[in-house]
Amino acid sequence: MLWACIALPQLALDGVLRRRADAGPLVLVAGTGHARSIVAANAAAREAGLRVGQRLSAAQALLAQFEALPYQPERVDQWHRFLAAVAYRYSAEVSLLPHAIVLEVSRSLNLFGSWPRLESLLRADLDALGFRHRISAAPTPHAAHVLAGVADGQAVLTDEQLRHALQCIPLARSRLPAVAADALPGMGIRTLGQLLALPRDGLRRRFGAELLLALDRLTGAAPAGLEAYRPPDRFDLRIELTHEVEAIGALVFPLRRMTSDLSAYLAGRDGGVQRFTLQLEHREGHTEVKVGLLAPEREAGMLFELARARLEQVQLPQPVIAMRLLARDLPAFVPAGRDLFDERPANALPIEQLRERLRARLGDRAVHQLGSTTDPRPELAQKVTAHDDGWQEPSPRPTWLFERPIPLRGPAPQILAGPERLETGWWDGGEVCRDYYVVETAQGQRGWAFCAPGERDGWMLHGWFA
Amino acid sequence: MATVMPLSNLLDARRVWRGRAEPLPAGEQPTGWAALDAVLPSGGWPAAALSEILLPLDGVGELQLVLPTLARLSQGARAVVLVAPPYLPCVAGWRQHGVDMRRIEIVSATEADVLWATEQCLRSGSCAAVLAWPRQADDRALRRLQVAADGGRALAFAFRDRRHLSNASPAALRLELEARPQARVWVRKCRGGAVPAQPVALPRALH
Repeated sequence: MLWACIALPQLALDGVLRRRADAGPLVLVAGTGHARSIVAANAAAREAGLRVGQRLSAAQALLAQFEALPYQPERVDQWHRFLAAVAYRYSAEVSLLPHAIVLEVSRSLNLFGSWPRLESLLRADLDALGFRHRISAAPTPHAAHVLAGVADGQAVLTDEQLRHALQCIPLARSRLPAVAADALPGMGIRTLGQLLALPRDGLRRRFGAELLLALDRLTGAAPAGLEAYRPPDRFDLRIELTHEVEAIGALVFPLRRMTSDLSAYLAGRDGGVQRFTLQLEHREGHTEVKVGLLAPEREAGMLFELARARLEQVQLPQPVIAMRLLARDLPAFVPAGRDLFDERPANALPIEQLRERLRARLGDRAVHQLGSTTDPRPELAQKVTAHDDGWQEPSPRPTWLFERPIPLRGPAPQILAGPERLETGWWDGGEVCRDYYVVETAQGQRGWAFCAPGERDGWMLHGWFA
Repeated sequence: MATVMPLSNLLDARRVWRGRAEPLPAGEQPTGWAALDAVLPSGGWPAAALSEILLPLDGVGELQLVLPTLARLSQGARAVVLVAPPYLPCVAGWRQHGVDMRRIEIVSATEADVLWATEQCLRSGSCAAVLAWPRQADDRALRRLQVAADGGRALAFAFRDRRHLSNASPAALRLELEARPQARVWVRKCRGGAVPAQPVALPRALH
């Protein structure tokens, strides 16, 4: 067993910062009234002297201009779960620990290669999503968690190395029950190595079974006792904007973040998305932008481009204060196959993506195919469909068809072929009785025209033999 | 008199240049009309380039000119796209010409979007041919289509009114259709060869 631990030291702050383009001083505050204090501060704020734990009033005395946002535990939890969904891509066993995610990777190494390679993949994903992180690996999840708390990038691959690595961990960083971690240094026990060397009976009498269980979980003598994370079947992401946005252009940056989050989430589930909704929230009510695709997709750039094209057509009735991306329909994703001897250029855009791009700008029904039906009436003989039976019509048919016949003006046309009588449609009230001819006009155009049975005037033109 | 030097020596030493353009690779995209292929320098449509077809009126054989090509391309792997056709393509009629309608994509676009959609299709590289009916296309717009056709290795066809003949065009091939006194095709411009002096007759069959 090999467990990787991703420690997230700045989860609350990163969740806020990642959707901002600017980097002014910013702090998160918790508490009420005069007791409000800073729980997280970004680099610019720390440089100005703001510290975690400081009272908000003290901070205001230090720095005139900074942004203070409320610390929202439920939002932090939401990001925590989101990152677990991202990590789910690398392992089926993912669990949540406080400010950390652990995943079992020994079997994943077969697929992703050695641990350094998997580690760099994890780091690349987290960097792209904008989350600060520390990564470590150890044979047990709790040991990995402890190691990640001490230093970044530690990898302990065997039990032997683990015992050695735990020796010099100070108890303050050992994540053991607080009662023991506080009391033991007073007894001269400062490192995990010293603690592990003590007789178990004495420890149980002094600190109870809880400490022994924690130690066993750390070394792997007891099962880890973690609850496995299961990604939810829907994606729901909401971003509150820092100010009221009146122009669609200003929504593009948060939109890019949201679609790339969606893409990362889908990659974790090995799924795709076929339909999603963007809700632009106003002070009163909201505007919905629906994005529908012909087939499930998950490529970040494509999702962004399509959503953006739809968004740009929206007229905002009121300023937008928040944006929400909802995806309930997450079917399995089947990557498009390609031929080895493909005649398309190497950088070709697949036809499916081309269709999506056209539909996004021109409308859902803009791209279609025509197929024939079994109805003999020319108006109903073809419709927008994917089905085409390939039936050959023996009588001449034009290449251009008018949606409805128009009167043929000018001198009487020359008849080239015909008549072909169509007397049909009696069953649904749309009865037609026409003699169709192939005619040539005085200008040399060849047309498909009809008149009433037996007559040779009152020509109605129905198509061109172009 | 100085020593006589055989002409072949001069040619081999590349000191004499023959004023003749590079021969074009022949026969990649035959039009399906033998008489027309015979006069075109590449033996057919210029590959990965824009061909402009100028008409006096609708219904004078403009589709008949390209349908053999479309029938051939619709058997291939890449799609054929019609951008904003002026009328509905008649499925039965196209099939009589041998076109597989399952490979034909029809894009409805407003006048403002026709050129954009055409360029996207051409550039994508997943279309074998793109047919467009732009109404307001200037020299710049056509040049963009020409570049996109080159990038996406696609045949581009622009159908336009004959009055545009007097304007210069970046298209690699310009054909003008004539309906009276008989259906004929004039080659007005062809890249890589001299413009034939005589028109080519376009025999018109019903199907």
